[in-house]
Amino acid sequence: MKRLDVIWVILSLLPCAVLAADDEKGGKYGGEDRGRTLQPAKLNPAWAKECSACHIAYAPGLLPAESWRRLMSGLDKHFETDASLTAPETQEVTAFLVANASNRWTGSAAPLRITESQWFKSQHGTREVPAAVWKRASVKSASNCQACHAGAATADFNERAIKIPL
Amino acid sequence: MRSRKARPLFARAQTASSDRDFILVARAQSVTLRNNPMRFPALAMIVAMTLPLTAVANPVQDSYRAAAKQESAAFTDFSATRGEAFYKAKTGDVSCASCHGDAPKAHGKHATTGKDILPLAPVANAERFTDAAKVEKWFKRNCSDVLKRACTANEKGDFIAYLLSVK
Repeated sequence: MKRLDVIWVILSLLPCAVLAADDEKGGKYGGEDRGRTLQPAKLNPAWAKECSACHIAYAPGLLPAESWRRLMSGLDKHFETDASLTAPETQEVTAFLVANASNRWTGSAAPLRITESQWFKSQHGTREVPAAVWKRASVKSASNCQACHAGAATADFNERAIKIPL
Repeated sequence: MRSRKARPLFARAQTASSDRDFILVARAQSVTLRNNPMRFPALAMIVAMTLPLTAVANPVQDSYRAAAKQESAAFTDFSATRGEAFYKAKTGDVSCASCHGDAPKAHGKHATTGKDILPLAPVANAERFTDAAKVEKWFKRNCSDVLKRACTANEKGDFIAYLLSVK
């Protein structure tokens, strides 16, 4: 047990060294960092209801404001699915996402996929998640956060709670 | 005694302004009817006469009737049989059943995300086809996903007819 703990400390410090270097070049993860608070205490009911209809309602802090604006302006072609909302719903959900978007994103990139952000990539490298894991039926895809992060739907991505399924 | 009891209720029904008032009045009236055996045969007869016609009546489905008539002069009524064929018909490799399942009484599963989908048949999920805006929202999305076009009113009505027929 003790030895495992030590290994974990070393493993978790390794990326820090890399990140410290990144910090000098315009912010953590090249300026593509998720928000310090992933979602506010007071959630928007329309966001919660509509976004969780087909998948978990991804926390607003996972992407920058510009990503949410882009995403919400193309809901009729939402990752090859029509997820269109009425105009008032679109407006309300966009406002909530934009107001609570990542507060640590300094880069100009505005990806539509959370998995394309640098912070996501660096935390889900092949060392942490071997390629074969993504292919498991129990994981299905990288957008299926809750496969390993049981609390994903409530924006709980605590590293200690990660359980990679077989 | 009987009429004194019924009259104020009737008066209240006339002025009922909200759904809740209406339910209260309806409940109170049914109690009144239950207390008056003389009225019962008449009520039973009315129910018996209208039951075959109204057993599967669904206001959301009815809302597609006028449009279906406009689409085709030959339209007579919605068909559960046509609806079932529509539900199971594949366009490319997808159909309604791809996500809602071959048995719409059971839970479905989103084909892409794997998310659980509550049963579509009202017999298993009474909330289905009760909210017109929600029904339209999903017909718009899913017809576009599965058929790559909007559904006709006839198709929507048939679809609902099929799901209402699932027992």
